Amino acid sequence: MAEQGSVDLNLVASTVNGSGSQSANLVLTRAVFAMGIPVAPKNLFPSNIEGLPTWFYLRANSAGYRAGRRRADLLVALDRATFQADIARLEPGGVLVFEEAFGAPPVEEGRPPLHLYPVPFGRLAKESVPDPDLRKYLTNMIYVGVVAEILGIPDTALEEALTHQFRTKPKALAANREALALGRDYFRANLTKIDSLRLRPLDRTSGQLLLEGNQTAALGAIMGGCTVLAWYPITPSSSLAEHLIGLADRYRIDPESGERRIATIQAEDELAAAGMVLGAGWAGARAMTTTSGPGISLMAEFVGLGYYAEIPAVFVDIQRVGPSTGLPTRTMQGDVSFAYTLSHGDTRHPVLLPGTVLECYEFLQQAFDLAEQLQTPVFVLSDLDLGMNLWMTDPLPYPEQGFERGKVLHKAELDQMQRFERYRDVDGDGVPWRTLPGTEHPLAAYFTRGSGHDEAARYTESEETYTRVMDRLARKLETGRDRLPAPVVDGESAEVGILAYGSSHHAVVEARDILKAKGTATEYLRLRALPAAPEVADFVARHSRVYVVDQNRDGQMHQILQVELGPQLAGRLRSVRHYDGLPLFAADLVEAIQREEGTAAAASRPASVAGMAR
Amino acid sequence: MAAVTAKTNPLGLSRDDYKGLATTLCAGCGHNSITNHIVKALYDHGVDPYRLAKMSGIGCSSKATAYFVERAHAFNAVHGRMPAVTTGAAVANRELLFLGISGDGDTASIGLGQFCHLLRRNVDCTYIVENNGVYGLTKGQFSATADPGSVQRKGTVNQLETIDIAGLAVQLGASFVARSFSGDGQQLVPLLRAALSHRGTAVLDVISPCVAFNDHEGSTKSYHYVKEHELVLHGLDFIPQQTEVAVDYAEGTSTDVELHDGSHLRLRKLGREHDPQDRLSALRVIDEGRQSAEVVTGLLYVNPAAPDLCTMENLPQSPLRDLGEAELRLTPDQFAALLREWQ
Ligand SMILES: Cc1ncc(C[n+]2csc(CCOP(=O)(O)OP(=O)(O)O)c2C)c(N)n1
Ligand code: SF4
Ligand SMILES: [Mg+2]
Repeated sequence: MAEQGSVDLNLVASTVNGSGSQSANLVLTRAVFAMGIPVAPKNLFPSNIEGLPTWFYLRANSAGYRAGRRRADLLVALDRATFQADIARLEPGGVLVFEEAFGAPPVEEGRPPLHLYPVPFGRLAKESVPDPDLRKYLTNMIYVGVVAEILGIPDTALEEALTHQFRTKPKALAANREALALGRDYFRANLTKIDSLRLRPLDRTSGQLLLEGNQTAALGAIMGGCTVLAWYPITPSSSLAEHLIGLADRYRIDPESGERRIATIQAEDELAAAGMVLGAGWAGARAMTTTSGPGISLMAEFVGLGYYAEIPAVFVDIQRVGPSTGLPTRTMQGDVSFAYTLSHGDTRHPVLLPGTVLECYEFLQQAFDLAEQLQTPVFVLSDLDLGMNLWMTDPLPYPEQGFERGKVLHKAELDQMQRFERYRDVDGDGVPWRTLPGTEHPLAAYFTRGSGHDEAARYTESEETYTRVMDRLARKLETGRDRLPAPVVDGESAEVGILAYGSSHHAVVEARDILKAKGTATEYLRLRALPAAPEVADFVARHSRVYVVDQNRDGQMHQILQVELGPQLAGRLRSVRHYDGLPLFAADLVEAIQREEGTAAAASRPASVAGMAR
Repeated sequence: MAAVTAKTNPLGLSRDDYKGLATTLCAGCGHNSITNHIVKALYDHGVDPYRLAKMSGIGCSSKATAYFVERAHAFNAVHGRMPAVTTGAAVANRELLFLGISGDGDTASIGLGQFCHLLRRNVDCTYIVENNGVYGLTKGQFSATADPGSVQRKGTVNQLETIDIAGLAVQLGASFVARSFSGDGQQLVPLLRAALSHRGTAVLDVISPCVAFNDHEGSTKSYHYVKEHELVLHGLDFIPQQTEVAVDYAEGTSTDVELHDGSHLRLRKLGREHDPQDRLSALRVIDEGRQSAEVVTGLLYVNPAAPDLCTMENLPQSPLRDLGEAELRLTPDQFAALLREWQ
């Protein structure tokens, strides 16, 4: 039987990009997961194919917290270039596994000594792997063997992880298994365990999956009936498109005819991708694009056309650090304000804010329904942290409902009608009826345009008509408000509220536990869509202070809510901002809230909490 | 099919059924003549208005989709971006017949990238560039198709090299490229019908004088200049699919090109040798015309066998947009198996 106990271990492996560290990191992750211990792995990688430093964070945590931790209990240092700086990432008295050739780091005055394990990784690899190309890759697997020995990861767990990782590459499996054993055997023969870190099996991962948000979003798109994908490669969104194409190759090919039930077009740029999606949505297909900040900037003109001409389309933005090219491989919630009102003139778009990989799957499906129901571009804002890291999740449920295809008139309905006007609000909900090109009926055709138009889609510059149409568009979004994913509220407290969205969720969950233990109870509202649901106003009204957590410099959600909630409630909102490109860590959030609450000890702010400001 | 009477086409529709709203373009604008030729071509060709999708960008030219076949859906996109919108719509519903209208600013400046990629993908559509060498709608600035030495109304001489839309299209491997003149319905109507019968992108670069801003002395896109300098490659007759292909010309004076849908375009020799299925010959006549300041018109290049995007993507014949849950979702068994694999 698995032994129950509390574990919270944070491992950081510092390696060189393109050196095959990815598979070693994954094997380690899966091995710990196979021990029944919840894991939260995160890659901090550079915008580079080979040669720059990359860090892997693996948190093994019995409470199941999915956020990362800033400081390492165990550091594996394989990159000479960052060796000195990496040591600063260690908790005092932490464990350091390092390439022996780097030399032992000097003892720091006034800090508990580190537990050192020098290992001649380079020499071991050279002696056992003659092929220099292969050697580079296998060196990383040696570290997994060493770490497994230090932490007491059983061979069964390692074997399970290895076979999973190399299930399609039997040759690589054998070589990696050997490399792993090399590390373990070296430790056994030459080193003695001097630290107290240890992982013991638990039973907290059964039935769980380890999935990336971009992978689950891709499955969501397939299950949501996407038939047109137009995209242009950009980190961190490419993997969503690539997963989608992979799934399409397996599940969207007619077994008899070989025909493909989806068009996946790699566009010439994001501008074209947006246009393709609008063309397809206009013609009646469920169409999407996936991109990141720079692409969203290019799509702005088309998105306004989609808004004004009322064309269903799904825009997925896997956010990375801006402005401009920014930090292309770091995470941020920097596009919230921009995406919400993307394009010139008055525009506003429904924005879905998944906070978990499960929601990436669910919201993608829902986005297609909403786009067709509301006849408008719908945004899904995920981020690099959610999209490209593995997250432990409950299994994804098979959809219970069919597609909601919105108000479309076909020939049979038109036969019963005297008149059809494309932009007439006949139901009073702001959502007109549409016809699709190809409908065989004299009433069906209309002229789609981004210029001023009346209810019958005729060109007009009439000021009355213009305002009437714009007012209806605003009303249409009000109709949409109820159909968007509702906020999730947890806890009870009349004093302090926390409001967060997207990937910040995981740090908030942990931060609330810490705050509670320190005497500050909080109620938590997780916003899952914009425009904000009415519950948000209720939530803010019943708290004296609500901390709005943003992963951006300007507190974008804080600003949006200040406006949407109005001056009476706005004063209760406090902005907490994190924007250094790293995922949000619970400790930073606790610190910021405590400081605001006046409960933190003065000057406790560690220097490394860069970018955490009010 | 309805009986063919004198006043209707094979679909039983009259020429009026192919008309649109009254034009709001300047009287005498070349674009209006092109509209009339389009109406004739669609009528003669028996195009089903319900299957037609009219696509355009932004410009005086792009407005023209409102002036024919009112009963067809139309999409007036943003400036220079009609190709992307058409591409998306074409994969969503390959049963539609796409007719796109653009301008020289729309195609050769802001939309040049999209135009090139449309050709690369060979999206099944007819793509008409109503080429007047200026930006009509923004009041007469030079466009990228203005010829070097051409004089603007206020006297400015264009010094920049021209982008030859037809030449570029042939270079890029387009599957159908023609050039014509808004004033030459004899030539334009059969070319339009051939374009409609072609599978893939059919580019028609149609010189279409702007009477407001570019029809003066010194302009190389004026009515007068084109009439003086036009070099017509062939006399053209369109022979629909069902028609007996009667040979009524002396041996060697005409050739037929068989189009994708089985119809033919008959080319009557008019002096200059040019085989439109020979790409090098197409590039040569275009370049020779450029050297000799002749406006070479006619069918420049066609490859009836080139696969279009939907064929290359292996899409089903029926529209993607009509597929439902059963065709698009994994079955519960497949889904469970995938999750097991992801475990
Ligand atoms: C993004 C953008 N930039 C500029 C414009 C202004 N604009 C409208 S039409 C046009 C040029 C049209 O020229 P052309 O395509 O040659 O059409 P013509 O009017 O000559 O038929 C321009 C620059 C616009 N609509 N959109
Ligand atoms: S401005 Fe020129 S292109 Fe525009 S409608 Fe008038 S004549 Fe035609
Ligand atoms: Mg023009």
